[in-house]
Amino acid sequence: MTAPAAAAAPADEPRLSREHMLDLLKQMIRIRRFEDKCYELYTQEKIRGFMHLYDGEEAIAVGIIPVLDKRDRIVATYREHGQALVRGVPMTTIMAEMYGKQEGCSRGRGGSMHLFDRATNFYGGNAIVGGGLPLSIGLALADHMRRNDIVTACFFGEGAVAEGEFHESMNLAALWELPVLFVCENNLYAMGTALTISESETDIERKAACYRIASEAVDGMDVIAVEAAARRAVHSVRDTGKPYFLECRTYRLRAHSMFDAQLYRDRAEVETWRQKGPIARLLDRMQTNQVLDPEDGSRIDAEVDAEIAEAVAFAEAGTWEPVEQLTRFTYAESAIPADR
Amino acid sequence: MVEFRMPSLGSDMEAGTLVEWLVKPGDRVKRGDIVAVIETQKGAIEIETFQPGQIEQILVEVHTKVPVGTPLALIRTEGEAKSGAAVVSRPPPPAAPRAAAPLRVPAAPSLPPVAPSAAAPLRVSPAARRLAQERGVDLSAVTGSGPAGTITYADVERRLAAAVAAPEKKRAPWLDLEAMRAAIAAAMARSKREIPHYYLEHQVDVTACEQWLTQKNATLPPDNRVLIGALAIKAAALAARRFPAFNGFYRDNKFEPAQAVHIGVAIAIRGGGLAAPALHDADQLALDELMSQLRDLVQRTRTGRIRSSEISDPTLTVSSLGERGVEALYGIIYPPQVAIIGFGKTVLRPWVVDGAIGPRSVITITLSADHRVSDGHAGALFLAEIGRLLQEPNKL
Amino acid sequence: MQQATVQSTTIETTYREAVREAIRDAIKRDKRVFLMGEDVGRYGGCYAVTKGLLVELGPEKIRDTPLSESGFTGAGIGAAIAGMRPIVELMTVNFSLLALDQILNTAATVRHMSGNQCGVPLVIRMATGAGRQLAAQHSHSLEGWYAHIAGIKVLAPATLEDARGMLWTALEDPDPVLIFENVMLYNMIGKLAGDAGPVDIDKAAVRRPGRDVSLITYGGSLWKTLDAATALAAEGIEAEVVDLRSLRPLDDATIMTSVAKTRRAVIVDEGWRSGSLAAEVGMRIVEQAFYSLDAPIGRVCSEEVPIPYPKHLEEAAIPQTPKIIAAAKAALGRL
Repeated sequence: MTAPAAAAAPADEPRLSREHMLDLLKQMIRIRRFEDKCYELYTQEKIRGFMHLYDGEEAIAVGIIPVLDKRDRIVATYREHGQALVRGVPMTTIMAEMYGKQEGCSRGRGGSMHLFDRATNFYGGNAIVGGGLPLSIGLALADHMRRNDIVTACFFGEGAVAEGEFHESMNLAALWELPVLFVCENNLYAMGTALTISESETDIERKAACYRIASEAVDGMDVIAVEAAARRAVHSVRDTGKPYFLECRTYRLRAHSMFDAQLYRDRAEVETWRQKGPIARLLDRMQTNQVLDPEDGSRIDAEVDAEIAEAVAFAEAGTWEPVEQLTRFTYAESAIPADR
Repeated sequence: MVEFRMPSLGSDMEAGTLVEWLVKPGDRVKRGDIVAVIETQKGAIEIETFQPGQIEQILVEVHTKVPVGTPLALIRTEGEAKSGAAVVSRPPPPAAPRAAAPLRVPAAPSLPPVAPSAAAPLRVSPAARRLAQERGVDLSAVTGSGPAGTITYADVERRLAAAVAAPEKKRAPWLDLEAMRAAIAAAMARSKREIPHYYLEHQVDVTACEQWLTQKNATLPPDNRVLIGALAIKAAALAARRFPAFNGFYRDNKFEPAQAVHIGVAIAIRGGGLAAPALHDADQLALDELMSQLRDLVQRTRTGRIRSSEISDPTLTVSSLGERGVEALYGIIYPPQVAIIGFGKTVLRPWVVDGAIGPRSVITITLSADHRVSDGHAGALFLAEIGRLLQEPNKL
Repeated sequence: MQQATVQSTTIETTYREAVREAIRDAIKRDKRVFLMGEDVGRYGGCYAVTKGLLVELGPEKIRDTPLSESGFTGAGIGAAIAGMRPIVELMTVNFSLLALDQILNTAATVRHMSGNQCGVPLVIRMATGAGRQLAAQHSHSLEGWYAHIAGIKVLAPATLEDARGMLWTALEDPDPVLIFENVMLYNMIGKLAGDAGPVDIDKAAVRRPGRDVSLITYGGSLWKTLDAATALAAEGIEAEVVDLRSLRPLDDATIMTSVAKTRRAVIVDEGWRSGSLAAEVGMRIVEQAFYSLDAPIGRVCSEEVPIPYPKHLEEAAIPQTPKIIAAAKAALGRL
């Protein structure tokens, strides 16, 4: 499919109305406080296993996902609470999933790392680093073959760039001209390994050029900038049908997961980044533009806290799947039984 | 007041050591403030409070290692409650999903064993099958005690040892004489093949017994009268306690003395059958009780209502041919037992008592015993003991 | 339309051609179906299975991929989730190991992890087995390993009917199905009904009835086992040969019916002996037909060695007809 060169359409300009910025602010605060609550619940052993929080990276999910259509698809990693929330997976079912209750979005079978929601085209929640990239290629391949106007957004960390599957997927996406938006959330650390000691080329965006994929790098802490870049990216994919690579430069304010002593980075470094975090940045901008009212903060807090409380209550009231159902959902419950 | 507890930070974190308190009583804290540093196997981690308020009391001092969930400090909350879950005055105790969803995994659905479409086949373990083949046992006559009625090695052994197969429910006449004789033949043949028998005999004056019985039975209705056979069994049982080498089983090339004394009583069955079911714990039964049980045993044996445990439990057998019999009987040991005692009929004989000759009632008691387990000396003592016990019937 | 005659038309064809026809038929019948893999298009397939199909069906349906096993297997998974019915061809089971993560951690788990929201109706075909002196890295038989994984189904077509018919049924299955084609079978010539179509993919088949011993096998070993049965018959031993066809799920009922009849079992499996599929089948027989057995269960598997290059060593390493005959006789107590 051919397309005219995409000029910066009016829709691509940053939208700076008070309403819009308040919405962005609330979305980010919603994620931040949800993660905070999850942390608390984890320390109380309500949530178990591995849990990875999104603190500091909110601008990426909030800037990109609302730009996508409902029919578009999203593949994410194990650090996917933010993406799921922004996408519209109900907070109640996310929290129930974290608890392991059968009312969770994955019936409680997956937990924190495996949030799935077919209704919002949210395909996980993948725990193998790099594992979601070939999956994204496949979803996009199907859409390409059927001439669907659908974009698949694939979120992954910069650590995935070391995996062979990243390269295979980039190559396939470019070769077969697949409508994939690759979003690299570069938070500088793959668990405890700094980017500087694991990649020969630390300018991640440059890797896209090797596969002839259009690309851009953006300040991941600036939600306005991320949103504008996302619009350019999504338009590009829709117009050309070809992949696009968006590197978002960000930072993880919390540890990799719960049980992490962060021996690999300085506290001072973390504090510096905290001052430059996405929520602080937006608040600052709103204040400078004089679009922030004194009650906005407390109103947002109250709304968000109420939603979180409801989600926790929902999860607490949830039920455990009966043990007798253990072997269900390994295979489809169709005519050919296969779990003998 | 709210407890600030040692948080769980990972599934494999079981405890933490307090390294440093960053607050002290009186300090105000808000949600998210770091209040302490703990040391874990992964290194030092800062821990934060989710409860705003004022530190009231430190409960755990530095350098103390405590398990996850231990209260570390008390926080006095603000007077005005905030909305939302933060108002919870005490963090809810860790849910016990283990109780609700116990970690039992249901048994994997297994297909029932597939049998050929013919009528339910005999289930025989490989070991049993081989033994039956070696010893010529008809498996269809053996009752299985293994899972789902499987015939096990022990079942075939019991069949060999017992003189009669436990009657199977589906057989209409309770006594299959042919099968019984076949089983007896197999058992006796095996006994003679494997057990080196030696034989002793002892003549015992039982006049005292007779006199005592006459006296005792005078006041009893016929159905409750005690017979000399009961005295014989009791005496044998008591003596067996003193001489354990005659009470037990020889199996796997070794003798296993039995804990209890279950006397097998040889009982003839009309039509040519023979059984030797057990009187359990004969050494401990009061004589009246023993007699009553003996009666019951005989009656049930002769009507086919014997229990399989009675067949398999005897630790020592006593055989008597009664008043119709002969003076002495030399029995063949029922394997895996190691002895059989025979009581002949009571005969009036000239006897020397206090230097003079007079008539006495005399019974010849015989012992056939397994020479792998005992020898003549012990056998003699054993028989002598029986004879001695029979001199004091009131003590039996 | 001709009237059905007493003898329906049969054609003489090869296993390879039967697979090709299955692929062609599926792609023509259902536009969701397409095939992708290395060298399937221009090269015509490593084993010439797809020769001519690119020209006939076009590059959208027959897609050459780069050497990216993990990438294109994952792509197949994603496409299946999104509603296509892809056939991923992994050149051989030896290279499938590069895609093992996608197969085990994505294909087999997505339905479960998503709480039944997403299924993966994907078919993966691969060549398997030894016998062409391709040495250690190109001679694996890992069907038994794959049969260990909960969440997928595993097939081993050994006959022309199955090569022709299993693919369609597998494509209709809502869950991932792996089809293993033994390399030694591609050239096999046989007769196939002219109207051969889909077959079931969950039942074993008794290929040769018998009463003295059950020889249970699959895939490339089937024909060696049938040869062994012929040789045994000459000595008065009537062996029953059971072709498993489906390795996951295993058809316990057919296996146990056979063992109950013959009372003896020998399992022939080209995988390495330790932890083999034969061990699984043997254990099931112990669980379900213990009391039917007259002899210990035997097995003929590959020796504990990476497959060697020289012909005589390779032959000695994998199951062969004489070993199967010997194992059958041992079960009968005759040596």
